[in-house]
Amino acid sequence: MSNRPLSPHLSIWKWGPHMLVSILHRVTGDGMAIVGLGILLWWLGALASGPEAYATFQGWVWADFGALSFSGAEILSSIVKILLKIVLIGLSWAFFTHLCSGLRHFVLDIGAGYELDANRMWSIASPIIAILLTAAFWAAIILL
Amino acid sequence: MGNGTSIGKVRGLGSAHEGAHHWLVQRFTAIGNVVLSIWLMASFILLPDLSYETVSSYLAGPIPATAMVLLIISVFWHARLGLQVLVEDYVHTAGNKFGVLALLNLATLGGAAFGIFCVVRLALGGAA
Ligand code: HEM
Ligand code: HEM
Repeated sequence: MSNRPLSPHLSIWKWGPHMLVSILHRVTGDGMAIVGLGILLWWLGALASGPEAYATFQGWVWADFGALSFSGAEILSSIVKILLKIVLIGLSWAFFTHLCSGLRHFVLDIGAGYELDANRMWSIASPIIAILLTAAFWAAIILL
Repeated sequence: MGNGTSIGKVRGLGSAHEGAHHWLVQRFTAIGNVVLSIWLMASFILLPDLSYETVSSYLAGPIPATAMVLLIISVFWHARLGLQVLVEDYVHTAGNKFGVLALLNLATLGGAAFGIFCVVRLALGGAA
């Protein structure tokens, strides 16, 4: 089986925006399912365990960067804290990206949106709208 | 069922008769996800802060607690179906596939049960 020719021939293809949304839909869905649900459960577990556990959770995923220490063994935990904040922001981006491409799926599922121009337009629009929504979400969190 | 090429092995068996149902449930749970996860994001925005007191007393209320339990069910079910598609696409050895899918079922069922238990504990006041 391994030596049989593959179709599509993986070396002969040209990037298009519809391929990007398709791949983004999978990457963001799987990313949220594997990483996001872990953090969701950590959050709920901390809430159910009381204020101290919640403070520990917040200290890890939403550390105050000004208070991080980079001396000795603390370097490692500080790096993890920086990464976790990036992961959390990344998950919000993944959420809005998957939401937009998921809504696009709904339109395609009812048989609409296959005209070349419309398909291309929404393939480009959906990840861009998602970035705008992510920015609006964080602006609302900070401002409201 | 022959034992020749991959296509030869499955020819004549018909479809697995679960794909369409799986596909449809992926859509039903996706609709649940849209409503419930937008509720959660809106809650994050509208709560005055995300301190322990604010969040735990909010989630302990009957309507937010119900919404959170529904969110856990919808999202975990959706994620389980979605990850199953991933496994089916990339894990081709029958034994490995069975093992990974078994693990996936345990992880998503266990995760959802833990999440729901946490919400119930918050709502019924068992937490410290
Ligand atoms: C001419 C080239 C390609 C063709 C004809 C093609 C075709 C397909 C088809 C028919 C599907 C299934 C769609 C569905 O289940 O709805 C698919 C899914 C997918 N393809 Fe491709 N593909 C191509 C190139 C690529 C490349 C180069 C990548 C990655 C680098 C890629 C990544 C994916 C992913 C991640 C999915 C799953 C998306 C989903 O289920 O929504 N594809 N592709
Ligand atoms: C916000 C609302 C959401 C909508 C509208 C939505 C929509 C969809 C749809 C329509 C599919 C099927 C794609 C296909 O058949 O190729 C899908 C796949 C998937 N979703 Fe969602 N989803 C949402 C939220 C989520 C969340 C919160 C998670 C994870 C925690 C998630 C994880 C996944 C995964 C892992 C897949 C499989 C991806 C693949 O096979 O390529 N989704 N989603």
